[in-house]
Amino acid sequence: MAKVFEKTKGLTDKPFHYCPGCTHGIIHRLVAEVLEELGVLGKAIGVAPVGCSVFAYDYFNCDMHEAAHGRAPAVATGIKRVHPDSVVFTYQGDGDLASIGTAEIIHAAHRGEKITTIFVNNAIYGMTGGQMAPTTLVGQKATTAPYGRDENHAGRPLKVSEMLATIHGAKFVERVSVHNPANIRKAKKAIKKAFEVQLAGEGFAIVEVLSTCPTNWGLTPTEALKWLEENMLPYYPLGNFRTPEEVK
Amino acid sequence: MAKILMKGNEAIGAAAIKAGCKYFFGYPITPQNELPEYMARELPKVGGVFLQAESEVAAINMVYGAAGAGARVMTSSSSPGIALKQEGISYIAGAELPCVIVNIVRGGPGLGGIQPAQSDYYQSTRGGGNGDYRTVVYAPATLQETVDLVMEAFDVADQYRIPVMVVGDGMIGQMMEPVEFKEPKKRDLPAKDWATDGTKGQRKPNIINSLFIDPKELEDHVWRLEEKYKVIKENEVRYETYNLEDADVVVVAYGTTSRVVKNAIAKCEAEGLKVGLIRPITLWPFPDEAFEKISDKTKGILTVEMSTGQMVDDVKIAINGRKPVYFYGRTGGMVPEPDAIVAEIKKIAGGER
Ligand SMILES: Cc1ncc(C[n+]2csc(CCOP(=O)(O)OP(=O)(O)O)c2C)c(N)n1
Ligand code: SF4
Repeated sequence: MAKVFEKTKGLTDKPFHYCPGCTHGIIHRLVAEVLEELGVLGKAIGVAPVGCSVFAYDYFNCDMHEAAHGRAPAVATGIKRVHPDSVVFTYQGDGDLASIGTAEIIHAAHRGEKITTIFVNNAIYGMTGGQMAPTTLVGQKATTAPYGRDENHAGRPLKVSEMLATIHGAKFVERVSVHNPANIRKAKKAIKKAFEVQLAGEGFAIVEVLSTCPTNWGLTPTEALKWLEENMLPYYPLGNFRTPEEVK
Repeated sequence: MAKILMKGNEAIGAAAIKAGCKYFFGYPITPQNELPEYMARELPKVGGVFLQAESEVAAINMVYGAAGAGARVMTSSSSPGIALKQEGISYIAGAELPCVIVNIVRGGPGLGGIQPAQSDYYQSTRGGGNGDYRTVVYAPATLQETVDLVMEAFDVADQYRIPVMVVGDGMIGQMMEPVEFKEPKKRDLPAKDWATDGTKGQRKPNIINSLFIDPKELEDHVWRLEEKYKVIKENEVRYETYNLEDADVVVVAYGTTSRVVKNAIAKCEAEGLKVGLIRPITLWPFPDEAFEKISDKTKGILTVEMSTGQMVDDVKIAINGRKPVYFYGRTGGMVPEPDAIVAEIKKIAGGER
C-alpha cells in the first residue's frame, strides 16, 4: 500500500504533554517538518524556553539546550557564535519572550544574530496557571487580571512583531496563526522562510505564531480556535513585516 | 619564557587566551573593564569571538550556550554584575558545564564603590544563585598566581564540568606586576561528547538541561553533584601556610589582604612575636585541613578581611571551637593597614582579647 503520510523525523517518539486542543503541538510539528525538509536536522541546535514548551528538548530530534526563563536568545547567541554553520533556533512563549526576556530578544534581533525564533503567542502565561502576559488582550481575564486587562492599569498588549520590525538586524518578521488548516499551511511557509533566512546568513528571523490555550482561557478546543480568530486576529494582524529580498 | 610587566586585568585576559579560551561575553563595569577591552582586541587575532552583551544576565547566558556547545569560554564582571550573573551560574552548575568567571570585587552593597573589597565572599562561596550547588573559587594574591590560576581554571572546569570563579579584588585587576605564562600541570580531560554541536546524523541528540520535574530524579542529580563536590574537595584544595607550628597567633587572610598581613607578620617578628599565617587560595573548597596544623600553644586566630567579616564564618567552622577566633576588617574600599593588624595580633598575644 502506498504511504500517504509519515511522521516527521524532526520529532522524537516522546508523546507531547500539552493539553488537549493546545496548538503548541501543531507548531512543534511545523518546525520539525521544516527542519527535516531543509535537511538540517543534523546541524540544528534548538533552545527550549521556560513555559509550557519547556520540554521541547525532549520532542525535537536534534541537539537541544534548555534556557532560563527569557534567556533563550542569549543562549542561542552563545551557541551560534561557537558553531556559525549550525542552524540555531529558539522556541519561546509570550511570557518568556515578551516579558522577562524582552532585552534578550530585542538585542539578539539588534545584533542581527543569525538565529531563528519561533514565538508562540497565546496571550497568557500557560504553564504557571493563566496569569496575565504582556500580550493579554484588553478586557481579557487572567488570574492576575481578574476583572479583565485594564489598559490604564497594565497598558495595551505588546505587539512584538511590529516592534521587532523596526530593528535593522531583524531581517525576517512575520505573524501567522494556526487556528485553521489554511493558516497552518501559511505558518509552515513562514517558518521555512525564517530558517532559510538564517541559512542564507541574512540575520535574525522571527515567526510569531498565534496559538491557543484552551485550558487557561477556560474554553473547549474548538471554542478556543474561534476565540483566537475573533479576538486575537483583529489586534494582532497576520502578515509579513520584514523580508530580505532574496527570500521574498 | 621571560617575565612581562602587565596590568592585572590584561594579564587575566592573556592567561585565558593562552589556556585556549576562544569566547568571551561581557558587559562593562569598573574595575574590570581592561579585561573585556583586552579580549575585544586580542580574541579576533586568534580566531575567537568577543561579544559585548546587552547585560550581565545576557552575557552569562551566552556563556551558558557557548559552554554547552563545547567551547572554552569566559566572562568577567565586578560585584553588582556578578549578582546579575548568579541566575546563569546556577543553570550552568545545574547543567554541569565548564566555564570560567572572573569577579574583580568592589565594595558594596548596592552600587557601593569602585575600590577593592572582599565583600563578595558569601556571594562567591555560598552559591549566590538558587539551589544546592558549588563553584570552585580561586582567590589569588599576586598577578603571577592570578595568571597561573586562570590558566588552570579552564582545565579544572573541563575536568569536573563545573563553573570556576577567579575572585580578585579591585587591586588585582588594577595593579601591575611581572608575570610569566607557564603551562599548568597536565590533567586527563574528558571528551566533550555531551556538547550541543549538532548530531550530524551520527548520534542521538544531546540535551543540555537542568530541569528535573520528578523530585526523586532531582534529588539523585543533586546528590550526584554533591559527590562530585566531595571529589573536588579531596583533590583541589589550595592554601599557603607559614609558621603554624610555633605561632602564638595565627592570622587567616586571602587575596591582597594576605600581602598586607605578611607585612604585619614581619613587623611582629622583628619584635620577637611568633605569628603564623593561613592563606586560603581556594575559597571553595575551603582549606579546613590547614587548621588541623595549628599548634596547641596558639592563643587565638585572627581573621583579616576587606569586609565586615564573611570568611570568618568558614574559619570558625574549620577550627570547630578548638581556638578562639577574632576578626579585624575594613570595608567600603578601605585597605587594612599593617600597623592596625599588628595591634590586633598583640592584643591576642597579650591576652587582652
Ligand atoms: C525566573 C523565573 N521566573 C518565573 C518563572 C515561572 N514561570 C514558568 S513558565 C512562566 C510563564 C510562561 O508563559 P509563556 O512564556 O507565555 O509560555 P506558555 O506557558 O504560555 O506556553 C513563568 C512565569 C520561572 N521559571 N523563572
Ligand atoms: S496550559 Fe495552555 S499553553 Fe499550556 S499546554 Fe495547556 S493549553 Fe497549552
